[in-house]
Formats: sequence, structure tokens, C-alpha cells
Amino acid sequence: MGGYSMRRKIVNRLMFALTALCALASLSTLFFVLGYISYRGLSSINWAFVTRLPKPIGETGGGIANSIVGSAKIVGLASLMGVPVGVLGGVYLSEYGHNKTGFCIRYAADVLTGIPSIVMGLFAYVLVVIPLKHFSALSGSVALAIIMVPVVLRNTEEFVQLVPHTIREAALALGVPQWKVVMRVVIPTASRGIVTGSLLAVTRIAGETAPLLFTSFGNPFWDNGWMNPMAALPHTIFTYAISPYEELHRQAWAAALILIAFVIAVNAGTRLLLRPSTGVSH
Amino acid sequence: MVKTLAMPPQYIPDSSPQGSPGGASQAVTLEVRHLKAGYGTTPVLRDVNIKFYDTKVTAIIGPSGCGKSTMIRCLNRMHEITPGASVEGEVLLEGKSILALDPVELRRHVGMVFQRPNPFPSMSIFDNVASGLVLNGARNRPLIAERVEDSLRKAALWDEVKDKLRQPGMSLSGGQQQRLCIARALAVEPRVLLMDEPCSALDPIATARIEELMLGLKNNLTIIIVTHNMQQAARVSDYTAFMLTGELVEFTQTQQIFTKPSDKRTEDYITGRFG
Ligand SMILES: Nc1ncnc2c1ncn2[C@@H]1O[C@H](COP(=O)(O)OP(=O)(O)OP(=O)(O)O)[C@@H](O)[C@H]1O
Ligand SMILES: [Mg+2]
Repeated sequence: MGGYSMRRKIVNRLMFALTALCALASLSTLFFVLGYISYRGLSSINWAFVTRLPKPIGETGGGIANSIVGSAKIVGLASLMGVPVGVLGGVYLSEYGHNKTGFCIRYAADVLTGIPSIVMGLFAYVLVVIPLKHFSALSGSVALAIIMVPVVLRNTEEFVQLVPHTIREAALALGVPQWKVVMRVVIPTASRGIVTGSLLAVTRIAGETAPLLFTSFGNPFWDNGWMNPMAALPHTIFTYAISPYEELHRQAWAAALILIAFVIAVNAGTRLLLRPSTGVSH
Repeated sequence: MVKTLAMPPQYIPDSSPQGSPGGASQAVTLEVRHLKAGYGTTPVLRDVNIKFYDTKVTAIIGPSGCGKSTMIRCLNRMHEITPGASVEGEVLLEGKSILALDPVELRRHVGMVFQRPNPFPSMSIFDNVASGLVLNGARNRPLIAERVEDSLRKAALWDEVKDKLRQPGMSLSGGQQQRLCIARALAVEPRVLLMDEPCSALDPIATARIEELMLGLKNNLTIIIVTHNMQQAARVSDYTAFMLTGELVEFTQTQQIFTKPSDKRTEDYITGRFG
């Protein structure tokens, strides 16, 4: 009896310690990554670094302004393509998708979410790069948009589904046509969840490197429009990091810090957006 | 646009309300004939016949699950949006079959207030009331503002909210929210107002306010209220319908149903012997 109770207490303690350790491990990873990248990158960040073009190899100095702008452009265009498709698709799933078609779309979206991003890059290569016969920012955006769509779609569906049935009924009972109920009542009610999910999807694609390798390709200069190669932060980090030059390694750390700062800023912004609590939020 | 939301042509008063309570000649707004309705293969309403009179409040009482909600949802065709729902029979709005009307159009004439207050969470107090007009294409701002104020006054909410029309509808108390929903329903100027247990989520004071405003509203409306509260039915209604397992057992003047019901089952229910 006493032995049993003792044993139970020990198992209890052990389980607590184990779970706490794992929780701590995941948290400390974040802080370690943040700390280490800051340690390596912070000293290289200055005004010139974020406003200048890269210098030719061998010279010190130079910046990654073209990569920052390129990332903003590629990710921006990808979001312009991916978010509306994902949101409207998600609304379809929630409002009209309680059938076989809906099931298939849902299933396809889940499979799509699990496909490695480099495969999506390959797909965009075949879809855009080959027909146009050269690498382009556009193809990079297409690759990122394809990655984004299923994520935004499922997220939107989830939040639209959370809008209480009674709200839809109230609108229908006012003699509002179904599509207007969806566009003007249901979507606005779910909007904060939809916006949050979409922003998180933007941060996710902002860090993607693999899909850009053979699409937007990278470019050491200011870009020459959507139909030409364009630099992007994650891709620049990758090329600098595998280069043999110490100077470029230093810059890669600094660029990584900028990328992470962007992700954290969007995450924090999203939390702020979610804070005042009226309507549906999660 | 707003102006076109006016009433449908006046229905000629029914001079011989066959089997209707009271006997006096009164304008029938809604007439239900041989209504059968159900969900999937389960029948809920079996052959309901009833008339609702203009400028009167009709209460529908009956034990839980007898089909009260199902019946009033048939009146604005909200029943048919439930998957698997079935309806048979006829409902006439001022003499015209509601099946001949577009459901969207019908619902502008037959408004509804639900059991739980359900203001639109994304909208302000003003926008909630204006929603029925705006979402139906109304553009004339001054006219909308006028209609919003008018509806809020009718719903006895104007004085409480006139200084905070831009605040979210959800910021109001439960009772205020329910009056907001009433104002929202009134703004499209319906002929009929269906209320499904509108006070069951409210405290006695909020309930009293809503009962009071119903008495004021009925002057140019047909009000149909589902309630579990006998006192409420007695207080607000002119006619009372008692339903039991999908059938209309008794339908007569409220005073009569509560003093000398003609059916034994009505009497049992009213005196609390079952249900
Ligand atoms: N969506 C639905 N699907 C299937 N059956 C339903 C549905 N809604 C109601 N029912 C059934 O129909 C019957 C009548 O329901 P209804 O909601 O009309 O009753 P009610 O008289 O309004 O009851 P209450 O007083 O509890 O609100 C009940 O037996 C109920 O189980
Ligand atoms: Mg009910």
C-alpha cells in the first residue's frame, strides 16, 4: 500500500519533469536561435547594409537592399494571388462544401500542405519558367502562392465555420440574399481570424528558400521587372552561406536576423490584432 | 429603393372567418392551410390550419418539441433552409401563396426575432439596424438614418443608444441586444413579426420592456409570439393557439383560452398538469 503510493508519486514527479523539460527545450530553441543569430548578425546591420546593393565579391561592405525589396515584391505578389483564392475557397468549403466536392477539396488541400516546398518550386518551374524560357520573379511568386493557398483555405474555412449559425439565420430572415449574407455578414464576422491566418501564411512563405531556387533565381542587382530574376532574402542567405567568403557569411547572418525580425513583427502584430475581443476570434 | 419596400397590396378583409375566434370581421394577414412539415422522414406538423390577424398579437403555446418553432419558421420559409426539411400545404400572405414569392422577398414582409439576441458582431448599433436596408441595396443616407432612428424608437431603445450609435451592437446588454434585434427587424417595415421565445434569455425587467413595446407595435403589425410563459401569453396576446405534438389543439381569444378552454388537453397544459 505505502509502496504503491510511493511509486505513484515518483511516476508523477517523473512525468512532470519530463514534460517540463520538453516544453523548456522547445522554448530554449527559439531563444537560442534568436540569441545566436543576433550575436552573429547584429554587428553587421547598419544603414548601408539595408540600403545598398551587394558589392562585387572580394570587396567588403555592400548591402542587401535588393533582396529586401525583392522579398517584399515576390511575397507581396504571391499574397495577392494566394490570399484571395485561399479565402474564397475557404468560404466555399464552409458555406457550400458539405458534400463530396467539399470533401475532395479539403483532402486535396491537406495533401498539398504536406508536399515539400521544393516540389512546388519544380511545379512553378514547369508551369511558368519553361514556357517563358527564363527565370522570373513571377514564377517565384506563383510557387509561393501555391504553397499559400491550402494553408489560407483551411484556416479561413475554420474561422468561417465558427461564425454562429444564428448570425446567418438572422441575416437570411431579414430578406438578405444568401451570397450577400456570406459576403457582408459572415466574412466580416470571421475577418479577424481570416486576416490572422493569412498573415501567418505570409510569414511562412517569406522564409521559403527552396521554391525560389529555380524560379526567381536570385539577382545581385536591382531587379529588372517581374519577368526577370529577382533577389529574395532567404535565397540570398542561402547563396551567401554556401559561399567560401567570410564577409558573405557575416552578411548571411545579418540577413537572417532581418528575416526573423520580420516574422516576429508580423506575429506580434497579429497578436495585437487579435487582442480586443469582440466577434469571433481564436 | 427604400420606398419600394412598401407593403404589398392590401388584402380584402376576410368577412367570414370560418372557424376563427371572435367571429368579428378582421383582416387576415397570414393564413395557414393544411400545413404539414417535418425533418427528413420525421413528421413534425400534421395538418395545421390557423389564421393570424392584422393588428393583433397571437401567442403560440405548447410543450417543448410540439413544433411551435417549426411552424413559425414555415411562415417565412426559414424552415426550408434546414437540410432535409419538408413542407406541404399552403401559407397565404395577404391572400397570396408565399410559395409564389421569392423567399428573400417574403422575408422582408415577414420579419423574425430569435430566442437568443443575435446582433451582427461585425456591425455597430446603427449598422445593425440599417443592415436590412443597406444589404438590400438602400443608398439614401438620410432616409436610412431616419428609418434607423424610427425603428430604434419603436423598439424602445433610442434613448439608451442615441449617443453611441457607432459602438458595436455586441456592447449592449442582453435585453438591449434583443431590442436591437427587434429594431433591426422593424427597419425593413415588415407586415408580420415572428418572435420565437424572444424573452427566454432575458430577466424580468427586460422581458417587461419587450412586452410593453409589443403592445405598442401591434397597431400596424401582425405579431406572432411563441412563448413558454403562460403569464406572458395572457399579458400580451389577443389570441392564443395551443399546440400539441404537431397539431393545433385549440385556437381562440386569449381571455377565453385561459378562463374556459374548450379542450381538456388545453386545460391540463394551462393548469400545469403536463408539459
Ligand atoms: N433541425 C432539425 N432536425 C431534425 N429534427 C428537428 C430539427 N429541429 C427540430 N426538430 C424536431 O422537430 C420537433 C419540433 O421541434 P420544434 O423546434 O419545432 O419544437 P418547439 O415546439 O419549438 O420546441 P421548444 O419549445 O423546445 O422550442 C422536435 O421533435 C425536434 O426534435
Ligand atoms: Mg422552439
